[in-house]
Amino acid sequence: MEKFDKLTGIAAPMPLINVDTDMIIPKQFLKTIKRTGLGVHLFDEMRYDGDGGEIPDFVLNTPQYRDAEILVAGDNFGCGSSREHAPWALLDFGIRCVIAPSFADIFYNNCFKNGILPIALPQERVDILMRDAEKGANARMDIDLEAQTITTSDGETITFDIDPFRKHCLINGLDDIALTLEKAPAIDAFEARASAARPWV
Amino acid sequence: MSPKTLYDKIWDAHLVDEAEDGSSLLYIDRHLVHEVTSPQAFEGLRMTGRKVRNPQNTIAVPDHNVPTTPDRVDGIKNEESRIQVEALDRNAQDFGVNYYPVSDIRQGIVHIVGPEQGWTLPGMTVVCGDSHTATHGAFGALAHGIGTSEVEHVLATQTLIQQKSKNMKVEITGRLRPGVTAKDITMAVIGATGTAGGTGHVIEYCGEAIRELSMEGRMTVCNMAIEGGARAGLIAPDEKTYQYVQGRPHAPKGAQWEAALAWWKTLYSDPDAHWDKVVTIRGEDIAPLVTWGTSPEDVLPITASVPAPEDFTGGKVDAARRALEYMGLTAGQPLSEVEIDTVFIGSCTNGRIEDLRAAARVLEGKKVKDGLRAMIVPGSGLVRAQAEEEGLADIFTKAGFEWRLAGCSMCLAMNPDQLAPGERCAATSNRNFEGRQGRGGRTHLMSPAMAAAAAVTGRLTDVREMM
Repeated sequence: MEKFDKLTGIAAPMPLINVDTDMIIPKQFLKTIKRTGLGVHLFDEMRYDGDGGEIPDFVLNTPQYRDAEILVAGDNFGCGSSREHAPWALLDFGIRCVIAPSFADIFYNNCFKNGILPIALPQERVDILMRDAEKGANARMDIDLEAQTITTSDGETITFDIDPFRKHCLINGLDDIALTLEKAPAIDAFEARASAARPWV
Repeated sequence: MSPKTLYDKIWDAHLVDEAEDGSSLLYIDRHLVHEVTSPQAFEGLRMTGRKVRNPQNTIAVPDHNVPTTPDRVDGIKNEESRIQVEALDRNAQDFGVNYYPVSDIRQGIVHIVGPEQGWTLPGMTVVCGDSHTATHGAFGALAHGIGTSEVEHVLATQTLIQQKSKNMKVEITGRLRPGVTAKDITMAVIGATGTAGGTGHVIEYCGEAIRELSMEGRMTVCNMAIEGGARAGLIAPDEKTYQYVQGRPHAPKGAQWEAALAWWKTLYSDPDAHWDKVVTIRGEDIAPLVTWGTSPEDVLPITASVPAPEDFTGGKVDAARRALEYMGLTAGQPLSEVEIDTVFIGSCTNGRIEDLRAAARVLEGKKVKDGLRAMIVPGSGLVRAQAEEEGLADIFTKAGFEWRLAGCSMCLAMNPDQLAPGERCAATSNRNFEGRQGRGGRTHLMSPAMAAAAAVTGRLTDVREMM
């Protein structure tokens, strides 16, 4: 997993609530057996017309946001399915950070497994960042995970909260499985206890 | 000892390790696997030379991509779908996990197969790379969806790194009125709390109306906990649960059954347990519901009219405007006058035998409206066989429904069963998102009885008028 420490990038505004996983990556693109190559289909049904032509006014099709690395969105971002194809598609497009008032649970978890930083902030803070993002390509935001800060193009700094373990894994690009396998003796011990207590499982 | 909720008890019984930073390692009893969210996980194991730690507790079944027409015995025509199902065939064999291939009569939707085969038992932790894993909470199991990286983590370690959720109680008091079903309960809850109302919580559903539900109904309620944003939904096990489980192929037997039963009977929330959030709905107040928009929270009684964007506040105003445009509806239009093109009865929400019985009761001696496309897709090969034995399949085919083979079908349009742009569907599935059932498709969610009624009249219909 790619490390995430600092990011300076263009933020694209998407002031929609309940952006669901079917919007982020429609089901016809879930048939891949790879993790890469989904960026071209990110937000497919909002981004392209029925013939595959770009819909000009969709935010990521406009010239100033084509290289966005940050997304600022409305409440309950990523609701719906557990498909990790959603963060894979965001990452493959180049989005490394999503800022919203709240996230759906599974999507939020999935982001951390893929080096994407989801930042949940109170609505009024998101509103400030949304207005900054609406300035276009001149609005480069700075995100510093170590310091837990977002700095707007005007120099305003907003702090955010993040779980320390997830922060540690993201900054160091750590593989969860390797970390857990170090705890194999604890898993063995649990299995021994559990098979005595609940042998039917 | 301090009082605990059911969730607390299951959590504590599965805690392997607790780190200082608050993250916990939770043991997973059952890992269900399907073809869409697992290929990258198995590939990850291969690349790192890792094995599946407990293949005997890992259960795989293809469901999302599988066609539901009889010609599927000749192979899956769509190449990408075929490759994905073949990858699961190969992964199941290479890693030695339990497998129900397309050719097996026990094949079906993973969340229907698990309970049917007795893999899902009270007090267990159950995960699957699928958000509707919440279904298994009906047994008093802690069950939730995970992403593909977590699928790989569970395959390799039989554990999951978790943060504990908060406890939320959803009580449905009293009794349901005639024509109102488990689907209406779960939709009513989402309508009341919103799609983010349960975020960060595990919901326990309780109250007289929940206790009165069959196991099938309870699975329908828990299935859509995720649509309310919750990590999982739970219902404490009781006699109905034990009766449903007993005798199933992978349920405990003999002395083990007695031991299991003794533990299961301790699985309830203590009377003084702490709840972070409580929602109470009177069962008598719930009417047969339909969705009008593109979020499962867009719920109204069938007797209501399409709302106007101005009826809402905040971000919902724009969302409602967008939804009405997508759905091709006008504010003020009575919902019961909305004409439909298609009826889909099935999915992990409503593809069980009781759902088919409910539809058959409405359809007996009636005909599908001329020109309407109507299909019933049983949730598993065994549900299909039982429905044929009970004579339900005859009722459906005589009414003019297509009687399909088991799979996810039109719930998510990853297989040939899809809506065309603008096609309007009365569906018993769980999501009415834009494009969910096919690009431009328009979905109205409802119960099987309501969908059957709509099939007869060709419009959204109050099933109580046909009872």
